[in-house]
Amino acid sequence: MFSVLSPQRNRRRLAALTVAAALGITIAGCGSGGPSQTSGATATMWSLTSGDQPVIKDAVAQWNEKNPDRKITVEFFASDAYKAKIRTAVGAGQAPTLIFNWTGGVLQSYVDNKAVEDLSDLVKEKPDVADRYLPSVLQNGVIDGKTYALPMNKVNPATMYFNKDLLDKAGIEPPKTWDDIMAAVPKLKAIGVAPFALGGQTKWPELIWLEFLVDREGGSGVWERIQKGEPDAWSDPAVLDALKKIQQLVDAGGFQDSFASTASNSGSELALLYTGKAAMCLQLSSQFQAIKQGSPDFIANDKLGYAPFPTIDGGKGDPSYTVGSPANFFSVSSTASEAQKKTAKDFLASGLFNDSYTEGIIKTGAVPPLKGVDSKLGTAPDSEFLKYTYDQAANASTFQFSWDQAVDPSLADTLLTHLSQVFLKQETPEQFVDAMNAASKK
Amino acid sequence: MSAPTLTRTRKPGVKSIDGTRASLAWLTVPALVFFVAFAIIPLGGVIVLSFMHWDGIGEISWAGFTNWASVLSDPLTGGSLWTTVKVILISCAIQIPISLLLGVFTAGFQRYRAVLSVLFFVPILLSSAAVALTFTALLDPNFGLSGAIPIEALKQDWLGNPDLALAVVVFVLSWQHIPFHVLVYQGGVRQIPQSLYEAASIDGANVVQQFFTITVPQLKYTFITSTTLMVVGTLTYFDLIFVLTGGGPGHATTVLPLFMYLEGFRANDMGGASVLGVILAVFGLGLALLIQRLGGKNRQASQLEGA
Repeated sequence: MFSVLSPQRNRRRLAALTVAAALGITIAGCGSGGPSQTSGATATMWSLTSGDQPVIKDAVAQWNEKNPDRKITVEFFASDAYKAKIRTAVGAGQAPTLIFNWTGGVLQSYVDNKAVEDLSDLVKEKPDVADRYLPSVLQNGVIDGKTYALPMNKVNPATMYFNKDLLDKAGIEPPKTWDDIMAAVPKLKAIGVAPFALGGQTKWPELIWLEFLVDREGGSGVWERIQKGEPDAWSDPAVLDALKKIQQLVDAGGFQDSFASTASNSGSELALLYTGKAAMCLQLSSQFQAIKQGSPDFIANDKLGYAPFPTIDGGKGDPSYTVGSPANFFSVSSTASEAQKKTAKDFLASGLFNDSYTEGIIKTGAVPPLKGVDSKLGTAPDSEFLKYTYDQAANASTFQFSWDQAVDPSLADTLLTHLSQVFLKQETPEQFVDAMNAASKK
Repeated sequence: MSAPTLTRTRKPGVKSIDGTRASLAWLTVPALVFFVAFAIIPLGGVIVLSFMHWDGIGEISWAGFTNWASVLSDPLTGGSLWTTVKVILISCAIQIPISLLLGVFTAGFQRYRAVLSVLFFVPILLSSAAVALTFTALLDPNFGLSGAIPIEALKQDWLGNPDLALAVVVFVLSWQHIPFHVLVYQGGVRQIPQSLYEAASIDGANVVQQFFTITVPQLKYTFITSTTLMVVGTLTYFDLIFVLTGGGPGHATTVLPLFMYLEGFRANDMGGASVLGVILAVFGLGLALLIQRLGGKNRQASQLEGA
């Protein structure tokens, strides 16, 4: 396999190794090299150590039992480490056959560099494969009319969680509009709890607020213009208004004290909700499982409420708009051998979302991105929440992919950093807009 | 990065019995090969790459000086360099005195000191990522230390206030790295001949006088070694700060190596990251040289005359 490498690829590989060595990023960059280059039709797969891991493991084991002559070997990585590792591997032509990805800006760069296979033929030959997915989800793997990635796990829209006891105690209903939110804040503070829990240290939970507010205010055209890179697209009045609303909420004491020191990944953001220190929390629906793990009684005693993000009076947005992660995806590496590609494509067609796979995903407390899967949710534990999640995803006018993943990777960090400054009131909305306009020009 | 010591080892060739010097030169080959392969070639690669456009996946194309221009005109470059200098200065000011005192203390041979030095040593055995995660949890304003101990002063926005966040970073770095420097000083103190102290005692010097007139001057080279490692080490701290604050709030704790990582592996701008890499290498070499110079020109002179 090494012998057929073009000089150009060799140069890239050398550059990749050089950078990894020189920058000393051994933890993430080049720790254990690429996947073992096995011969023949054995395909390799890289995926994440998340809740779906056992389901994928089982699916691969089943596949290997049925196809002993063309097996799949799978490795799992933690999310942050994976992001850096996969890029180095793809850049060096050492990518696994099946590449786990988030679509968005990263998939775009794979496509630009012809690193992943066009799966359109697979979709055409086996219409039932594409047909099983929710169109709004499948759409994320399509670039310029060609399918480059297929969904492999669950829909994950954001939703507003609330602590029913605390809302009752304060004598309020779950907020339906922005005005409701602002009216609820003093009442909740009066009973001594934080209105909203926010994992400000992790930054991306703050982005969910901005995404919803911008769309509720200005409709989905605002983000489309930003994503297309139109000059000064961030100056849209909807963006400024959303940022002002955020600061208004911060000023009113809408978030818990020292929210910038609260991390989401340590679970303390949601713990505020179920320990009765905060009344509401805007988070992804996958966090339901974290709440359940943290406090099974909270779920069992029906203390957890959930509702879509409130609307804004006079806003242009469609209230069914939601944001989050439509799903995670698999792409097929274009540097794999023909036999490996065939193995990978066949696995995508028949190994993913067969009955046991779909059941497995549902059992982890998640909703697969499949049409009509709501009929299978009935018997699952927490089926009420799962059906709600399915409706959020299936009925959404737009299921927006998180901005930080959708944009060019070089913009994502800038966006999150400036937004956190807005939440901390170290930056005005105008400064944010100027900084983002300038960063988008690069 | 502590490369400059290599140039100091040149001595007049030792003549072997048959009068050839060449045979001894071979002895340097393993070290040279290693050094060239793992230091010079990657460094050269980074310098070349700093003149290229590369997103980590696609074509590598010639960029000329555009990477340099954009990195040098980015206010964050200067900002992160200044943050790095602040971290170096504050952490040295904290680490050096504590390491020195603990090093002297643990150099004694009493049993309780041996037990304590084992305990002091624990932090360095822990992985930086684990240390950072633990401190994030401890500093949580609701469920951390302030939740367990009802002291109002503990209830701070530790990671959300820019000044406090930098102080927290320096504190955690010091907490983790002081044990190593204690060990270095302990070794240094144990090499000081006992006869010096005996002579001083006879002359009537008390313990404090002995410390300042014998221990501290005798530790001059230990001090240089330890400080070099401390300063140059600070330039490589990345993992702990990355996990603890991610460089935030804003850019308050974005040190140069972290900025380089974000530029290279988050923003996928390998050219820009390479420019930062070159700046980091030059800065580190400069600092290491400076500290070596501070040690005085006559480095070979003995500190033990008359001992």
